[in-house]
Amino acid sequence: MSTLTTSEASQAAGARRKKRLNAFIFVVPLLLFILLTFVAPIGSMLWRSVHHPIVAELIPLTLAELQHWDGQQIPDQKTLTLFASELHGLAKRRLSGKLAEEINRSYAGMSSAVKSSARKIGRLKPEQLPSQGAETLLKAHRNWSKPELWYAIQRAGQVYTYDYYLTALDLELHPDQGIQVREDTQIYLQLYGKTLNMALVITLLCALLGYPLAYYLANLPENRANLLLVLVLLPFWTSLLVRTTAWIALLQTNGVINSFLLSAGLIGRPFEMLYTSFATVVAMTHILLPFMILPLYSVMRGIDASYLRAAMSLGAKPIPAFVRIYFPMTLPGLSAGALLVFIISVGYYITPALVGGTDGQMISNIIAFHMQRSSNWELAAALGSLLLALILLLYWLYDRYVGASNIKLG
Amino acid sequence: MARSLTTGFSAFALSAALAMTSFGAHAAESLTVVSWGGAYGAAQKNHMIDPFQKDTGVKVLFEDYSGGVAEMKAQVESGNIQWDVVDLEVIDLERACSEGLLETIPHDILPAGADGTPAADDFIPEALASECAVGNIVWSVVFAYNEKTIGGTKASSIGDFFDTQKIPGKRAMRKRPQVNMEWALLADGVAPAEVYEVLATAEGQARAFAKLDTLKNDIVWFDSWSQAPQLLNDGGAVLVQSANGRFYDAIRQEGKPFVIVWDGHVYDLDAWAVLKGSPKKDLAFKFIAYVTESKPLAGMSDVAYGPTRKSSAPMMDPAAAPHLPTAHLDKGIQAGSDFWADYGESLGEKFNEWLLK
Repeated sequence: MSTLTTSEASQAAGARRKKRLNAFIFVVPLLLFILLTFVAPIGSMLWRSVHHPIVAELIPLTLAELQHWDGQQIPDQKTLTLFASELHGLAKRRLSGKLAEEINRSYAGMSSAVKSSARKIGRLKPEQLPSQGAETLLKAHRNWSKPELWYAIQRAGQVYTYDYYLTALDLELHPDQGIQVREDTQIYLQLYGKTLNMALVITLLCALLGYPLAYYLANLPENRANLLLVLVLLPFWTSLLVRTTAWIALLQTNGVINSFLLSAGLIGRPFEMLYTSFATVVAMTHILLPFMILPLYSVMRGIDASYLRAAMSLGAKPIPAFVRIYFPMTLPGLSAGALLVFIISVGYYITPALVGGTDGQMISNIIAFHMQRSSNWELAAALGSLLLALILLLYWLYDRYVGASNIKLG
Repeated sequence: MARSLTTGFSAFALSAALAMTSFGAHAAESLTVVSWGGAYGAAQKNHMIDPFQKDTGVKVLFEDYSGGVAEMKAQVESGNIQWDVVDLEVIDLERACSEGLLETIPHDILPAGADGTPAADDFIPEALASECAVGNIVWSVVFAYNEKTIGGTKASSIGDFFDTQKIPGKRAMRKRPQVNMEWALLADGVAPAEVYEVLATAEGQARAFAKLDTLKNDIVWFDSWSQAPQLLNDGGAVLVQSANGRFYDAIRQEGKPFVIVWDGHVYDLDAWAVLKGSPKKDLAFKFIAYVTESKPLAGMSDVAYGPTRKSSAPMMDPAAAPHLPTAHLDKGIQAGSDFWADYGESLGEKFNEWLLK
């Protein structure tokens, strides 16, 4: 038995390092791509949901002064004067609209009040501010004398905040009573529940429809199975929008299905199918079905038919043989398909937006509302983060009770 | 430093998608103009974009969007400006302007009207109310019915829209609180002048939702104005809400038997604005001054949107005059841009909650 000299050993180690470096260089583009398109946006979204420095940058002095405020009365003259002079500066730099929007978010109706107050204070000369600033402010709008408003400003001024998560869970922070259920509006928990519910229904439907089909395909001779598999893949290759719009044409009041049923004399008046959760479920099941069939098919293909024959020759009836021998072997494919369908449908946006109407709304639609319409990106980020956390939680539960190693895509 | 790095980074991530769509848009003399597409976009191309390109030799990249300030916010925050000129609804304008997303436009760049009236007197006052924009058209949200599907009783007032006894059948509305809340109060008997005052109170909002409740099972919701004429055409709804120009275009171009009901219409302006930090600010101002001259504005009557210059009136097709919102101002109310800046978000949430009930 010969031993390696130190130089030989270091040479071998060097060669190994070089190999690893080479391998790493090959995956660098992919890593960069994932970093830029996936990790960075998600990271910035998570960050945005808790980090909110705008108000603190706009009125730092007022916020510092508000720390000494008792929270019961109108803040003292000194705070009001400071705020008036900061508002004066914002008006001159045309930034009062930003502050207005932020305050409006926690105290609806204040946007125009902040802007008009800023205009009035902006008309004062800087040397008038110490003597008249506070007075002009209180006169500009009655809400400036309400402690609730100042409490809202104080909350909005926090750089690191969990308020958006409270809102996303239909909660609010009350100055005296602490965290409580939001009084005026409660939508988000309902929507999360509804979204999960719909995703579950869609997953079940996909499994019910996909399983027999995959079984049939898996037991055909290879060439015919491939031919039929193209039919499964064809819709998969068709644009999502085309498929969704096709469902609109089929389901609408005077659409294909209703006109057929009417002319066949089967129904007296058309069914309302489009713009319901029914339409969302049907269209999404159709769109997501290939995600269920493909993993099921590839797993079923790999199952040797002799297992089932062995079970039957040992005396099992067809149904118990299927349930106890065949079905457990397909579970990895079934769970992979179910997980794919479920996770994709939880975050689905386009189809519910187009065919969902009122009751086919899902959480993604309200996230889009906050991104596009109300520009409350922080709340949208908090809602999105909760959705991500929810999916991770479900995945963890799944891993715990079923086992992630059981997933098989092929 | 760390903070600016992360904001820069997140802004980068947000605008990456935008950047990809319009790569290379900034060749030498070119200008990116963004508007609403459809029949309105076609009229703008015809009367504004094409003549401007021809007269100045500047290449205009004319793109569509669907409203809202989100895309502008993403561009300005990231400093990656892709759009130069944008056509905004006044509801969004108020917000975009005060948040510093738009350049201030010196109104003295605007030339006098075709009849020699100085711009300040020629424009209707609302068109120059904002320092960030120049008003382009007056348009209106109305509802219409189809002669073929309405049946014996025709709709004539906003009350009929909410009266399913008188006119049975589905109503199609855009899925948002704007205009719908106003209509609910008008139909409930609130005086047009007091609508926004009432809607600013909790009781007023409850009253509007209660009125909408009476209609809830009969509403078909849609997300874009372009879906509306379709719904009216295929019988998806009996009474359909949309922008007046969408109906007018369907009537004029496709000969549809639609009838517009003007009672309770909510009119608003669209305005041209320049994105803050646009590298072609001066060219953008030149564009705006050019397209808001009397003649291009008169061309907007092709889609029944009223011009914002008085001197455009003699240049318009007289046949279009009775279909312009400006001919029906007494029957309508002006959309409250201040009100929606204040209550857009909170009513948006309440509206979504109401939808889920």
